[in-house]
Amino acid sequence: MTAREQDSPELGATVRTLVAPLAATEAGPVLLCLQKVQEHFGYVPDGAVAVIADVCNITRADVHGVFSYYSDLKQSPGPAVPVRICAAEACQAVGARALAKAWREQCEGDPQLAQDTGVDEPVYCLGNCALGPAALVNGELVGRADVQALVDAVAAARSGESS
Amino acid sequence: MSVWFVPGDAAARSMGADRVADVLTAQGLEVVRTGSRGLLWLEPLVECAPTRDGVRVGWGNVKAEDVAKGPPTATDASYLGEVEKIDFLAGQDRWIYQRVGVIDPLDPDDFVAHGGMSGLRAALAMAPTAVVEQVLASGLRGRGGAGFPAGIKWRTVAEQAPARHKGQAVDAPRHKYICVNADEGDSGTFADRMLMEGDPFCLLEGMAIAAHGVGADRGVIYLRSEYPDAIRVMNEAIEKARTQGWLGAGILGSDLNFDVTVRVGAGSYVCGEETAMLESLEGRRGMVRAKPPLPAIEGLFGTPTVINNVLTIASVPSILARGADAYAALGEERSRGTQVFQLAGNVARGGIVEVAFGISAHELVFGLGQGTRSGRPLKAVQVGGPLGAYLRADALDVPMAYEALAARGAMLGHGGLVLFDDSVDMAEQARFAMEFCVEESCGKCTPCRIGAVRGVEVIDDLLASDAPGDAEDLLRDLCDVMTQGSLCAMGGLTPQPVLSALDQFPEDFDGGRRGETSAGQGVAHEQAH
Repeated sequence: MTAREQDSPELGATVRTLVAPLAATEAGPVLLCLQKVQEHFGYVPDGAVAVIADVCNITRADVHGVFSYYSDLKQSPGPAVPVRICAAEACQAVGARALAKAWREQCEGDPQLAQDTGVDEPVYCLGNCALGPAALVNGELVGRADVQALVDAVAAARSGESS
Repeated sequence: MSVWFVPGDAAARSMGADRVADVLTAQGLEVVRTGSRGLLWLEPLVECAPTRDGVRVGWGNVKAEDVAKGPPTATDASYLGEVEKIDFLAGQDRWIYQRVGVIDPLDPDDFVAHGGMSGLRAALAMAPTAVVEQVLASGLRGRGGAGFPAGIKWRTVAEQAPARHKGQAVDAPRHKYICVNADEGDSGTFADRMLMEGDPFCLLEGMAIAAHGVGADRGVIYLRSEYPDAIRVMNEAIEKARTQGWLGAGILGSDLNFDVTVRVGAGSYVCGEETAMLESLEGRRGMVRAKPPLPAIEGLFGTPTVINNVLTIASVPSILARGADAYAALGEERSRGTQVFQLAGNVARGGIVEVAFGISAHELVFGLGQGTRSGRPLKAVQVGGPLGAYLRADALDVPMAYEALAARGAMLGHGGLVLFDDSVDMAEQARFAMEFCVEESCGKCTPCRIGAVRGVEVIDDLLASDAPGDAEDLLRDLCDVMTQGSLCAMGGLTPQPVLSALDQFPEDFDGGRRGETSAGQGVAHEQAH
């Protein structure tokens, strides 16, 4: 048991249960372990790194190095309905920069929307390059996106969550 | 009763295909979810045939509201007639994409009925060396961007003995790996995604052929997390392939033992570089490795590893089924066979074009793509992803092939063409290329890690200066260092879009007129990304 686990034994036990099977069966399991923890919690909680290091028998620094390298891996819970607008070239060619700006302005006028969506975490390419601007709203791909389409997609995701 | 076909591809779904399928299904119609034909400007493209294998007619841009009172009819404005006679599709020569948009991607019977598994059956009837010879004879080159001959890579792996994972005990099991690079991070490219969503068994068949050819027992598909639909489809396809005896022990009754898993990326562009991908697959930071050793000799976990792009592997089944000679007869010079081009960005008719190498960029952009979507004059086309060169609209008379593009200082990359109309500011695009490198550099080598940061600064200086000559000299010098001194294509090719923008569109870098672009505006740019 790590020092952190003594602080929060419940979290430690959960993380251990999640990652131990991976560490036992997979070669080079560290990234898989981090992804598994994130899948469970929505982020990688404080203390999980130490447990993964213990289970995989490597240093915490090595695990932290992997954790901090990948932009998908998060230190804190994300927004309820994350919005990600593509910021890469093919979408730039059809107004992605203007869309991102207009969306930020929309969120400035609507604090609830800003809080729910985290405004925008840019992403480089969603593979919808002929139907841009593309955006990912709560994991759902939106093509030919404009502010209204994003607002609608957020509303659909919110109602989907409450139902 | 008629059969209706609605694409389940992510691009079609992003335009509302699911709702259309739901409405048609609720009306009691037989609806088959297929991949996308690749005529993306028409999505959702709904098709109908008298029987499952009958001639299909189609309707473009169908909305759920349009079909609320019943399925579309031949008198509707959206009616397209026979789908395979649409000019965009009729002129294509589909080897890799032969079944995409046609079959239900997760129906093994549909796959076999349309020629699936004939390549693997042909391969299993041959000695492994003969399979490698076929791939060599086809002239197939890596479709991920580097263009290395696939057959030579395979032969190298075939010549190696299987090896145990690095660091394992001497009596540990020995392996060779087939690694498929599905980390399709280049903007303007989506052919890997659409193939995996539209015909996943084709990729698995190609991997099994590679495994037979080189003596591999394990396969891994490194798939980017930005493609959730492709991840779901591939995983389901692997499950079904195991049930069919297409993966696992004794594939198709032969003595080939081979299984495949999907490993999901974590949001790092540089992991599309093959050695960074290996690091990531081994659970580490996705940092580029120095070569040698070549991955073919010491690859994943230190074992001999074939690393090929999705399209390279997906080309192999039809090469084996239809003959290496027929494949090699297509194309020009050392660009043989077909390439899946992707028309993207500000394009009137965007999508997938699989044709033989050698079609001109002009034909792709103006003939098939029909110019810009905005209707404004075309200004530039970026060929080959974020690390590819920008070409001027009046300089598109170049054949799309490895050699011809290289002669123009450009590259084919993964086959994407991104169109920009005359509203684009090429200095801003050059700056973005450097910014992207700042964001995505793995940090291992100095020219890329530091060079990209300096690149952004120098471009800002150049644009703010009344005498930009000095800054331009510095930028060119910096680009030279990055090109010559970087460990991989990330830093090594970032200068390509930058210098092509500078050389082809000098008017956009006119420092005197751009005095207003101060450092302050640079900050605004940063916030925009």
